[in-house]
Amino acid sequence: MDTEFWSWEHAIAVLPELLRGLQITILATVVGMVIASILGLVVAIVRRSRMRVVTFPVGFLVEFIRSTPLLVQLVFANLLFTQFPSLAIGCVVLGVHYATYMSEVYRAGIDAVPKGQWEASIALDLPRSRTWRAVVLPQAIRNTLPGLGNYAISMFKETPFLAFIYVVEMYAAAQAYGGSNFRYMEAITMVGLLFLLVSYPTSLLVRRLENRLA
Amino acid sequence: MPENDTTPAIQFQGVVKRFGDNVVLDGLDFTVAQGDRVTLIGPSGSGKTTILRLLMTLEEANDGLIYIDGDPYTHEMRGDKRVAIPDKRRSLVRRRVGMVFQQFNLFPNMTVLENIIEAPIHVLGKSKAEAIAIAEELLDKVGLSDKRDERPNKLSGGQQQRVAIARALAMEPEILLLDEVTSALDPELVADVLGVLRNIAETTDITMLIVTHEMQFAREVSNRVLMFDKGKIIEEADPETIFTSPAHERTQEFLRAIL
Ligand SMILES: Nc1ncnc2c1ncn2[C@@H]1O[C@H](COP(=O)(O)OP(=O)(O)O)[C@@H](O)[C@H]1O
Ligand SMILES: [Mg+2]
Repeated sequence: MDTEFWSWEHAIAVLPELLRGLQITILATVVGMVIASILGLVVAIVRRSRMRVVTFPVGFLVEFIRSTPLLVQLVFANLLFTQFPSLAIGCVVLGVHYATYMSEVYRAGIDAVPKGQWEASIALDLPRSRTWRAVVLPQAIRNTLPGLGNYAISMFKETPFLAFIYVVEMYAAAQAYGGSNFRYMEAITMVGLLFLLVSYPTSLLVRRLENRLA
Repeated sequence: MPENDTTPAIQFQGVVKRFGDNVVLDGLDFTVAQGDRVTLIGPSGSGKTTILRLLMTLEEANDGLIYIDGDPYTHEMRGDKRVAIPDKRRSLVRRRVGMVFQQFNLFPNMTVLENIIEAPIHVLGKSKAEAIAIAEELLDKVGLSDKRDERPNKLSGGQQQRVAIARALAMEPEILLLDEVTSALDPELVADVLGVLRNIAETTDITMLIVTHEMQFAREVSNRVLMFDKGKIIEEADPETIFTSPAHERTQEFLRAIL
């Protein structure tokens, strides 16, 4: 039933635009997570090495990124790299930002691999790189899958910040619809629903994965 | 260095190992001849595991030298200075030494077969087919041919330890270190593992350095027993002598306590 605050007609009319926005939202999350999981792993391995010339600057950079807001990083990067499309900048910034958190997840996963695994690798004379690739990482990454899933969900929920650098993801699409039709309530409510529709089942999946790995 | 019958397989020269203030080995000297089967016995905390870990470069000695087949291993003398040998060169010597751990330390993310062929392929550079052929022979030797495609966590402790033995042997070591390899096993599984080791002792000429509380096994397999106490060898003899008429009072006490 329609009231002054709610019109089903608008709620339905906004949907196609929101679904187009959702595609961008999901694209940004997937690309961002790919970057975050690869870069996070690199950061975790580098910080574990004993070479202070690299561990120190990387450690500083990680602290810097974690101590400043994602929104500020997005806007700053967008001003700095005007030659690239906003969506690409958004994906990279999301990826780099979350890489600093993913690196902690990897670190915990790597630390959870028993010392005996490293020692057996030394006893077999396996080269260090092969030990990482064939022994430690396969076990560590198994430990990090739930963490990866949880960060994917948080990243998904933070994509509305991309609207501030003019990427038309779902939130920006709702704002645009609201602006041109003077109906914000339906658009924003539908955005919330769509977010819920994606993230809740995903979080159930992550929890199941957690239980299976535990 | 040329290898001949009189070059010891292992030689410790004044080896010192400290953990903080705790001096575990205080100038240890001993040699193990080629093909010897030496058992280290002694109370817990006397430094037996530390000796094996030094030989596997899992620990670093604070002083002294270790030779394998006469080759300096982790450190060498340059003039009168003791300098560390870089890991690349250590690894060439380490390749002759294999180790079986108390806790097996199999790779849980690999099957039994993959555990065994991993190092032969990626360290010795064997082809996959060749590595598999050797692995299957070894699995047959340890009586686990039917488990080749299982994950280690599907096996009993005794089976896991036999896989670990096969994995170590696949590297064709000249020296095999065994650190209480049956201590983590249920009593009924010990015999199978000891049987496999007895068979290896009889059919190969691998030099073995064994830490064990299985005195019957030590008696059957080894030709020399070293009694450790507080990081020193206090008695050394053939197993018959040491088990029937130990000379040192500490040895008598120790054997009385565990037999
Ligand atoms: N990583 C370590 N850090 C500190 N102390 C250690 C470490 N490893 C061994 N020790 C100490 O060294 C001594 C000898 O230990 P170990 O070689 O394991 O003896 P054993 O194998 O004869 O029981 C013990 O006092 C032990 O507490
Ligand atoms: Mg021990």
